Amino acid sequence: MNELQLKKTANEIRKGIITAVYNAKAGHPGGSLSAAEMFTYLYFEELNVDPANPDDPDRDRFVLSKGHTAPGLYAALAYRGFFPVEDLKTLRHLGSYLQGHPCMQHIPGVDMSSGSLGQGISAAVGMALSAKIRGKDYRTYTLLGDGEIQEGQVWEAAMFAGAKKLDNLVVIVDNNGLQIDGKIEDVNSPYPIDEKFKAFNFHVINIDGHDFGQIAEAFEEARGTKGCPTAIIMKTIKGKGVSYMENQAGWHGKAPNEEEYKIAMEDLEKAGAALC
Amino acid sequence: MLEGKKIATRESYGNALVELGKVNDRVVVLDADLAGATKTGTFKKAFPERFFDCGIAEGNMAGIAAGLAATGMIPFMSSFAMFAAGRAYEQIRNSIGYPHLNVKIGATHAGISVGEDGATHQCNEDIALMRTIPGMVVISPSDDVEARAAVAAAAEYEGPVYLRFGRLAAPVINDNPDYKFEMGKGIVLKEGKDVTLVATGLMVGYTLEAAEMLEKDGISAKVINIHTIKPLDEELIVSAAKETGKIVTIEEHSIIGGLGGAVCEALSEKYPVPVKRIGVHDEYGQSGPAVELLHHYKLDAEGIYGQIKEFLK
Repeated sequence: MNELQLKKTANEIRKGIITAVYNAKAGHPGGSLSAAEMFTYLYFEELNVDPANPDDPDRDRFVLSKGHTAPGLYAALAYRGFFPVEDLKTLRHLGSYLQGHPCMQHIPGVDMSSGSLGQGISAAVGMALSAKIRGKDYRTYTLLGDGEIQEGQVWEAAMFAGAKKLDNLVVIVDNNGLQIDGKIEDVNSPYPIDEKFKAFNFHVINIDGHDFGQIAEAFEEARGTKGCPTAIIMKTIKGKGVSYMENQAGWHGKAPNEEEYKIAMEDLEKAGAALC
Repeated sequence: MLEGKKIATRESYGNALVELGKVNDRVVVLDADLAGATKTGTFKKAFPERFFDCGIAEGNMAGIAAGLAATGMIPFMSSFAMFAAGRAYEQIRNSIGYPHLNVKIGATHAGISVGEDGATHQCNEDIALMRTIPGMVVISPSDDVEARAAVAAAAEYEGPVYLRFGRLAAPVINDNPDYKFEMGKGIVLKEGKDVTLVATGLMVGYTLEAAEMLEKDGISAKVINIHTIKPLDEELIVSAAKETGKIVTIEEHSIIGGLGGAVCEALSEKYPVPVKRIGVHDEYGQSGPAVELLHHYKLDAEGIYGQIKEFLK
């Protein structure tokens, strides 16, 4: 995909996120929207995955450690062809396979169940270790929230990944700056994030998480990095793409009402039109 | 009768892992800086390339085990019961139990027989914690023979299994050609008609001794070894309740939520009879030599005998 196609796809994924959360009457739009470019790039460019063979043992793995942004992951999986886009409307409904947080047993393309913050990164480390033990070439990626890294387990996992030199692992932190209770630096500052990962023996790359060129370069650099894992710290805007959600902690975990839904879709239609 | 060979089930665990490692290259062992004590060090020596020390970080170890299992390995993660079931409870629940991943949790140093380390290291709550996790199998072997068989069975089974081992050397009681380990099936060790003694783990040996003491008083006690607490062999327990009318449960665990809890849950719904739960009461342990502690908490043969006599009065 060229950059324009990626941008268009990210815009469709944003619509999928809003549609899913609106129909669920619950869910987490803010952190899904901030990572829309990352979800897009991962599933349309970076990951070696095949919707026709989602359980291929040699596929690349992705663990959504910030599991509450499942709408973003599900929208990317749906648009990539793992399941029907129409099913996004069943998110969080009783009996739907699209659980509020990722569930690996029932959702095609989901490599790990997650949702309890701080745990996904450990599973990703286990997957990367597994590849090393068996001499497999697949790579493992995990996406964390910047609030999530307040969990001590994240640093237990980072210490192990650095110590074991897991250069087949990429840890991505979505630094949108907001968590449920407000700004991350006001709640319990995790800054400086890059220096922390450096101290845990990671190769660290800082990027703008809405810039596909920078995302592509960062992954290229990660693939070329040997002897240590890579951390990509991406600066993003929470709620990106929906005017009234941008940089608002209140939209961390709330669904739009009918009127808000219309405005959000209008915003995204306009953005899409501008790309044509 | 129990003066023969003694071996701690943690030793059996280490030895069984090596046997498994020889025949199954998907077996990987994780520890959290206790390899010498949990005896996973035995596996480390035999298969250094399949042993990973996660350091003192049990939650992360559980997550790594989940990731290994999700990619086709059979990880055994080990620590003391306190830190495996206790510290890592939520990681086991959400990262291993919820996706029903093929992780085996080898928890050693369970119960008060940890001894001198005292209350912070004596986990009397692990069976209760682990058996509430949907889909989790909970096994508490009574001796060396059973512990080795349980490890092999856990590796064969696809799904999460919690294995409970002890620090104290336990008498070998299952060393006979008829012994067969079947997950979820209790074993009748002695027939009797007046009362049924249902024991698990280290307590099985002491319970057999207590049953002999009862016999001398003219009390005929049936003895059942429940090595698998979940799924519980309800059929066997209900039929014993029908036969003897009274049940005593014996475990080196809190009387809340463990074997006693599980047996009472089953009987109260299927065939209510009086039950006496023998175990650690609603309190913490303390430092002391293991054998003295077992005596103090009335969990040696003499203590078990005395409590049963009191119950049958």
